[in-house]
Amino acid sequence: MSLRVEDLTVYYQTLRGDVRALESTTFSIADGEIMGLAGESGCGKTTLANGLILLVPPMRHVGGRVLLDDRELPIADVEAMNRFRFKEISVIPQYAMNAMNPTRKVGRMAAELLRSRRIDPKRTLPELEKRLDLVELNRSVLKMYPIEMSGGMKQRMVMVLSTLMDPSLLLADEITSALDVSTQKAVAKMLVDFRDREIVKSIIVITHDMSILYQIADSILIMYAGQLAEKGPTETIIHSPRHPYTKLLITSLPKVGVKHDATRLTGIPGKPPLLLDPPEGCRFRERCPAAFERCRDVPPFVEIEPGHFVACWRETESNA
Amino acid sequence: MAEAKDKKKRNEFLYFAFRNNKLKVGISIVLFFLVLAAVGALFTKHDPEAFVGPLSDPPSSEFWFGTTVFGQDVFAQFVAGVRATFIVGALGGGLATLIGMLVGFVAGYRGGMVDESLNVLTNIVLVIPTFALLLIISAYFEVRGLILESVFIGLTSWPWAARAIRSQTLSLRSREFVDLARMSGMKPLRIIFTEIAPNMMSYLVMAFILQFGGAILIAATLDFIGLGPTTGFSLGIMMQYAVLWGALPLGTWWWFVPPGAAIAAIVGALYFMNVGLDELFNPKLRET
Amino acid sequence: MLRLENASKIYRVGTFGGKQLRAVSDVSFTVKDGEVVSLIGESGSGKSTIGKMILRLIGITGGKITFDDRDIATLRGGALKAYYRNVQGVFQDPFSSYNPIFKADRVFEIVRDHFFPGVEDREWDEKVRRSLESVGLNPRHVLDKYPHQLSGGQLQRFLIARALLLDIRFLVADEIISMLDASTRIDVLNLLADLKERGLAVLFITHDLSLGYYISEDAAILYRGCVVEFGRTEKIYDHPAHPYTRMLMASVPRLDQKWEDVEIELRAKQEDLSTGCVYYERCCDPHRSERCRERRPRLVEIEPGHSVACDRYSTDG
Repeated sequence: MSLRVEDLTVYYQTLRGDVRALESTTFSIADGEIMGLAGESGCGKTTLANGLILLVPPMRHVGGRVLLDDRELPIADVEAMNRFRFKEISVIPQYAMNAMNPTRKVGRMAAELLRSRRIDPKRTLPELEKRLDLVELNRSVLKMYPIEMSGGMKQRMVMVLSTLMDPSLLLADEITSALDVSTQKAVAKMLVDFRDREIVKSIIVITHDMSILYQIADSILIMYAGQLAEKGPTETIIHSPRHPYTKLLITSLPKVGVKHDATRLTGIPGKPPLLLDPPEGCRFRERCPAAFERCRDVPPFVEIEPGHFVACWRETESNA
Repeated sequence: MAEAKDKKKRNEFLYFAFRNNKLKVGISIVLFFLVLAAVGALFTKHDPEAFVGPLSDPPSSEFWFGTTVFGQDVFAQFVAGVRATFIVGALGGGLATLIGMLVGFVAGYRGGMVDESLNVLTNIVLVIPTFALLLIISAYFEVRGLILESVFIGLTSWPWAARAIRSQTLSLRSREFVDLARMSGMKPLRIIFTEIAPNMMSYLVMAFILQFGGAILIAATLDFIGLGPTTGFSLGIMMQYAVLWGALPLGTWWWFVPPGAAIAAIVGALYFMNVGLDELFNPKLRET
Repeated sequence: MLRLENASKIYRVGTFGGKQLRAVSDVSFTVKDGEVVSLIGESGSGKSTIGKMILRLIGITGGKITFDDRDIATLRGGALKAYYRNVQGVFQDPFSSYNPIFKADRVFEIVRDHFFPGVEDREWDEKVRRSLESVGLNPRHVLDKYPHQLSGGQLQRFLIARALLLDIRFLVADEIISMLDASTRIDVLNLLADLKERGLAVLFITHDLSLGYYISEDAAILYRGCVVEFGRTEKIYDHPAHPYTRMLMASVPRLDQKWEDVEIELRAKQEDLSTGCVYYERCCDPHRSERCRERRPRLVEIEPGHSVACDRYSTDG
């Protein structure tokens, strides 16, 4: 499978005007790639994920298109997307494990979910059971209520359901944030396992936790204030980033082995801009130590080395 | 800058308040009856109890709501009745809300044994057969007034409010700002009144409105079966007399339809208002 | 300065309080002046409960907690207030720590009403200004605002400023940065480190090992209410001894190392933990024996500044 996002722009309509949550984003994902989508709150990563699969008001599709396997996805048309949703492109939403109906046994909930997608639960039961074995959930879990299950069990259940139809693209939105360290590891590894077994072709892992991405992602896409900052192989992003924001972000993360007395880490002064009326050009301009006059124009997302894209005039000018 | 934002918030609140149809309709109806209760007496020429007109006369320009089987002015009785109804609603509903607040706040804040015992108390009061109790009381007090009825209603209908307030208090109590207040040495009573209650203002207002409406209904029922005040008029008493004195077979509809319609309108409007207020206080439910 | 001796917290659950839930069992450790101790554990480990017990928000069921050698459970009225002049806490959710209907400044006002009643306006304003500046906040940007108008990082620092107004000696920081954005986290963490340099002792409660490593001298690893390992942070991280600590180190996602392949059984059963090692069910260590089920291992010092509660290291035969 291949995913191409071209110039995608999505705004939120509010009483006070349009919030420009996603501005002209262009990138692609290859077959079998696990791409991490990272950034701080308000950077637009959840907007991007929702834009790909459920673009409903107050979100508004302003421009750009999405191509899945060279076919354009009708993302602006909720009805038309029904054909693709859950079958070709699926999502594990944030807090999904808390969204299970507490008064329904999990098996029944799963059956209702499948029926709503016009899939016969009885025919898919064998496959469902195989998947449960795969994630090491006892088959009896179908007869349990959500409250009887631990956080990790619920998360795995949701993962199984979201991928039951073998979607080409899976969007995993903050699926590890509410879990304990040991469960986080299990769930993250399961994600890789799904890709390895070709249950899903490619995955976009959305999180603010860079260390999880280091463990499981092939590439990482960094976003800031609705714009793309940098994309590249995981090693490159973590160990030799080029965008000033990425550099500051990575160096602000405490690591085991780094003590305050020895190395004082620094954060990024200032706050992200409000997207109701964002600044012209590069939105990181005000907090960037390397900003100059050129930054008043939006820097293009340029491939400075194979597979490594940066949106920064400093980096692209020096390469030009 | 902060001032402008505050003003904006208030204006936003009022903007939605004026746009909310349920609130507008509800308040208008209640206000109408309230004004009627307050100043309606100015428009009545006759004393409600006086025998002033022809017997069982239909509405006319002299007697707007006609006369009773005894020749009393129905409109005069109606006005007196609406006033009594509001008094019972305010006193009875108010008392119930107050007791409910007392029990609910203490049970929700303290927890533990205090909570357990207050819950037992609440359950007992909830389960007491109020009807039987009333019969006993009415046998004891041969002369009963509006105040006694209000107090009775207040003392028996608070459990609902107590339960609701307790659960809200429980949830607010677990918020960290209560812990911070405790760590500043604030006394529990002060925490309840300055930190928790103001946060529940909308809830308390709605609870009072519901108790108000509920009290009116209970009073109307009691009056109708003769367990209400022994003197004076209320809408329920009017309906009781109407039925006792054969208004139904005689077809003197002007005697019982206005009071019945008024009760339905007032209580209905109160509930309507409440739904509107709920939408107003809870932005997620707003009609936009 | 602050010492926990066999502190326990037992809740009664079930109908008529028949069963017991041991949130904290027999926990002992010390925090000295100007020292940061990390309390590291996952959910259900009892770390927040310990924090609340130290802050006198929850009662203690067994053992005792002393501050400057005074049992804090005995403090009442004026003495309790004096305790709060020395010990304060900051919690995880900055937005839940403020009453949303009041301005954020109100937390300062409350402190003023209860601890500085006679102070003049001008003197108070000066005090507030100095406190805000010492946590890196600009008074003009943060005063006279509602909580929703400030960011999470600002709110947390505001709360630290509040604690500093009282000139405290000990701060309980319960997951104070887990809800903040990555770029603000380090600023608040650095602030704690700076305050430590100026003599403030901190109990840093967290589930994130890398944060604990960054600022604390000592660390206590908690599992299901018990301390399983305690000592100098570097020693614990360098060569973790307890199987649970080793599992934690192996599972935490790192930025410099990929995971080793360790598969752990994840079913936690509800059981009475009054005897035996709390980690018995999940322990895959070959040394595990019936003795581990019967006897709760005590903390034993295996090298200076490093103790472990595991039968492997017990000194008796």
